[in-house]
Amino acid sequence: MSGGTRLENANPVIFQRSGERLLTASDEDEDVHDPIDDREIFDLIRAINDPEHPLSLEELNVVEQVRVKVNDAENTVGVEFTPTIPHCSMATLIGLSIKVKLLRSLPARFKIDVHITPGTHASEEAGNKIKTIIASQMG
Amino acid sequence: MAADSSLLQSLVEEFVSGLQDSKAKDAATAVKDGQFTVLQLVEALGLSLTSTQPHTRARGVQLLSEVLQECYGNLTQREVEVLIAFYENRLKDHYVITPSVLQGLRALTKCTALPPGSAVSMLRSLFQDVHVQSLMLAERSCVYSMLINLMETREAELKGLGSDFVFGFVQSMDGERDPRNLLLAFQIANLIIQRGYNLGKFAEELFEVTSCYFPIDFTPPPNDPHGITKEELIETLRSVLAGTPKFAEFLLPLIIEKLDSDVQSAKLDSLQTLTACVSQYEHKDFAEFLEGLWTSLRREVFQTSSERVESAGLAAVTALTSCLSRAVLSSDSEDSLSTFLDLVLTDCKHHLCEPDLKLVWPSAKLLQAACSASTRASHIVTAAVMPSLLEQYSNRTQCSQRRTLLEVVLKFIQAVKTSQSLENEESVFIDFRASLCSTVFSALSENNSSLQVTATSLLTSLSQQTGLLLDSDIDLAVDHLIRLLLTESDDKVSLAVVECAGALAELHPTVFITKLIPRLKAEMFAEPMDQDDNRKSSEQPSHHAVRQRCLSVLAAVSIKPSVVKETTPVLLDVLSSAHTGSVGFSVDEVVMTCRSLQRIAEQVQDIEETGRCFHETIIPQLLSLALQAALQGEESSGHRSPLVEEVVLSAVASVISTSCSRLQPQLAAQTAKRTVALFLDDDVSFLPDNSFPSHIQLLKKQQGESWRQSQLVCLLMGCVCSLPRSVEVPQADELLSQLEEMSCSCSHTLSYTSAAKCFAGLVNKRSQGDSLDSLIQRMMKRVCGELDSTSSPVRTQAFTLMIWVAKALLLRYHPLSTSLTDKLFTLLDNSDLGAMAADGFSLLMSDSADILNRGCHADVRIMYRQRFFSENSPKLVQGFNAAEPEKKSNYLKALSNIVNKLPKQVQITELPALLSLLLEALSCPDQGVQLSTLSCLEPVLIDPPPALIQQLEALVNRLQTLICSPAMSVRIASLRCLHALSHFPTHEILPFRARVLRALGRPLDDKKRLVRSEAVQARGEWFLVGSPGGR
Repeated sequence: MSGGTRLENANPVIFQRSGERLLTASDEDEDVHDPIDDREIFDLIRAINDPEHPLSLEELNVVEQVRVKVNDAENTVGVEFTPTIPHCSMATLIGLSIKVKLLRSLPARFKIDVHITPGTHASEEAGNKIKTIIASQMG
Repeated sequence: MAADSSLLQSLVEEFVSGLQDSKAKDAATAVKDGQFTVLQLVEALGLSLTSTQPHTRARGVQLLSEVLQECYGNLTQREVEVLIAFYENRLKDHYVITPSVLQGLRALTKCTALPPGSAVSMLRSLFQDVHVQSLMLAERSCVYSMLINLMETREAELKGLGSDFVFGFVQSMDGERDPRNLLLAFQIANLIIQRGYNLGKFAEELFEVTSCYFPIDFTPPPNDPHGITKEELIETLRSVLAGTPKFAEFLLPLIIEKLDSDVQSAKLDSLQTLTACVSQYEHKDFAEFLEGLWTSLRREVFQTSSERVESAGLAAVTALTSCLSRAVLSSDSEDSLSTFLDLVLTDCKHHLCEPDLKLVWPSAKLLQAACSASTRASHIVTAAVMPSLLEQYSNRTQCSQRRTLLEVVLKFIQAVKTSQSLENEESVFIDFRASLCSTVFSALSENNSSLQVTATSLLTSLSQQTGLLLDSDIDLAVDHLIRLLLTESDDKVSLAVVECAGALAELHPTVFITKLIPRLKAEMFAEPMDQDDNRKSSEQPSHHAVRQRCLSVLAAVSIKPSVVKETTPVLLDVLSSAHTGSVGFSVDEVVMTCRSLQRIAEQVQDIEETGRCFHETIIPQLLSLALQAALQGEESSGHRSPLVEEVVLSAVASVISTSCSRLQPQLAAQTAKRTVALFLDDDVSFLPDNSFPSHIQLLKKQQGESWRQSQLVCLLMGCVCSLPRSVEVPQADELLSQLEEMSCSCSHTLSYTSAAKCFAGLVNKRSQGDSLDSLIQRMMKRVCGELDSTSSPVRTQAFTLMIWVAKALLLRYHPLSTSLTDKLFTLLDNSDLGAMAADGFSLLMSDSADILNRGCHADVRIMYRQRFFSENSPKLVQGFNAAEPEKKSNYLKALSNIVNKLPKQVQITELPALLSLLLEALSCPDQGVQLSTLSCLEPVLIDPPPALIQQLEALVNRLQTLICSPAMSVRIASLRCLHALSHFPTHEILPFRARVLRALGRPLDDKKRLVRSEAVQARGEWFLVGSPGGR
């Protein structure tokens, strides 16, 4: 493998980026109320950079729109993310990045839950736990 | 003489013991004027030069050196010889004397009368007796300048010193620390290398003593007193290091080592130095380092985190490959190019088989970089990769994979295009012709829009390679393009098709004339009924969309005159059918048709053939259609011709305007003459289909439906206002007076506005003089009369004429423009016209699309906006302060209209004076004022002037209020400004952080998504203020 001694996964699979969200006429209309939807949450986190590659979490398929769930009325957001390899040591860092990004970008009324997609990481429990601790300290 | 000598004695005395530095200047002037000679000076100095006190001696030598510095030009060879001997000897003297000695020697190196051999002896004693690096900064610089001077004039002598010269230099500069001196030292090293001085056994020493500064890391001190930049140092050092193949064995290991560095700039510098040096090298110079270099380059491209490093790495690969391609092959040596390319192919080729994985693109780029270096390289690389790429394409089934493969192929073809210089040479890809074509056509028939888009670009690239597309392929390609155009609903596809059709039509016009144009014509003229049967599905574009595309393709393919001759009749047919109503075209489609005609007029070659086509066929036809439509009236059969609509007429006017400004001035002059005759004298003889009444009188005031005729004046404007300035406007005086009359009396908006614009356009180009001045004064009088009478029914008309003429005069710096703009300022206080006047400033400062721009050959002076602003901003501030409260918003609006259009540099310098006014404008309740103020603040905030930072508190307060504004656009603009504030110096904005973050919490829950996304960005940035890892 080409000089990839420093990287855990030097040649990951790349996924296509979804384009910018298309503007609709109702987006420009002053009187229409746009609810916060899955795509909007996904747009917040898809551009976060991977700690190892100059690639976004979206391009590495770490986050996908189908794994983002938002309920605007009940004020909840749930995000599941998938590390590229089961032993990824960066999983905690990635989870934390997503959580912080959402905490900063969403109204305070939301309860935010970030998890590793079940069955995709060797030490899923530990990762989720550490993250909860750190996140709770950050508020 | 006696007086002179006593004068000299006193000068010397005062300088040496009196320590009066200014006396050196006096002495120098005296020597220059011939009052006494250098010899006399030396004699007068006698005692001080032989004094036992080193400081007295130093003072003496200093006086002599300073005089020599001024008058080295007048010395005789004999004098120089003696002086050199003296100075050489003084080098051995006490260290306090050395600075002055070096100064004197430097002056002597500039002498033209330098005796032969003296350069060598000077340098020998210099190198022997002086340890350069223990001297002060200025003296070291003195030594370097001496070397440079001597190298300029005594090259042969210095070369006679052999490698001793290089050794002496190496010793002198070893350990230099000051960037100013380093720049000089690098220059010397460069001269040594470029002029071919003998390096002897000191090549490595010279390399060591310069390369120890590589890569350069230097930040100039703030406010940069010496004007030395990092780039300058990098460039000069690079040309030293890359200057000679003798350094190869030392430089290349160094580059490999520095490429390992974690510092981006070091990597970048190393790669650029590598690119520079291999262009000087022969293959044998770097053969042994090739593998190491490749490993490093590959790593940089595979694992890069910066685009600049990546592209520098790729450039280095190209440079290496092209150097290897230059190598002359001998029968016994191995072929170094293919050895290297084997290396590249082994590491990269297999990644091309994994189109999903990350390394596919870096590998492709490396191969393409090698490919673009030379024809031989491209043959080797393409022979190795193309078969497998094309085979994979046919074996893979996933669209995303196929698209990646197709894009890789496309990039290969584009890479080779840059390397091929000979036009008629057979394409590198000729062996893959068949499979390339079948791949392209299969991709075009695929049902995936991104594949189709890539395939059309590939088709364009293939057509630009000689011999890749046979006539039958072009036929097939055109069929595919037509099919995509008519059946695909994706806009990206049709855009790509239009582009591809344009490129292909330039190379193969006949196929387009026989196939595409008739087919598109048939499609456009088909009635939309056709589509209402069962086969219509949501996938199919609407009939309207198909027509739009046909129109844009017709414009895109019209580059060759032969094609233009075929397409323009089709477009004219569309217009006349739309006019008569025989085929139903919507107003939109008619406008599109005119746009297509205009685009053709913009892109065709300006030759007589196309000029005739436009001036003798198209323009008369357009005028005729418009006139018929105007005369027709409403009653005829309920059909209303689209050619009476304002949008259509404006589009027609721009076709006329573009043709008159761009194509064939003599023919344009003829068109102008005919058009003016049509409008003034009812001369319709040049119009086709001539069945017009004899008495039309287009510029005269008429009754009833007359607006249809009066608005045709916009076509007149399109014609006469865009003529090149060399073309005289016929019957100009008559025309101007009728236009003035019309613009002041007509009640139809388009008519009086066009008349005013036409008047202004003509005024702008009229030659300076009394007739122009009296014309303007007459018009002024009339306009002011109308404006000042509150009961006048034509105040708006008068205002329109005034503002356009003001613009026309302002653009050409005409002295009378001030009287017009001053009138505009007084109108700001007017209760009826105030708001209109405030908006008028926006018109005054912005570029207008149809007249008074450079495209229309208008007289536009540079920086007229700045000039207007600097002359008038005090008036505005004064007016604001004096105005009644309810009028103040007019002034603020006018101000923000003006400031908005100024170039950013001017905004920044002018802002401090206006800042309080702009902040005032932010609290003005008018949303329009808020918005335009915010939009002129935003660019200024990116690079904030100090005055703004002092007003931070007020600014933050105002913005905080505005992010809750009821208008969405104001909320967005104010959030953007808050975002920009986060880039201010941290210590200034940190006190606001908590407050702003809290304030930004609210728009995160805004009901509009666009507002929320601005808020998210701004809040994200504000979180980083003052935090570790942030700014």
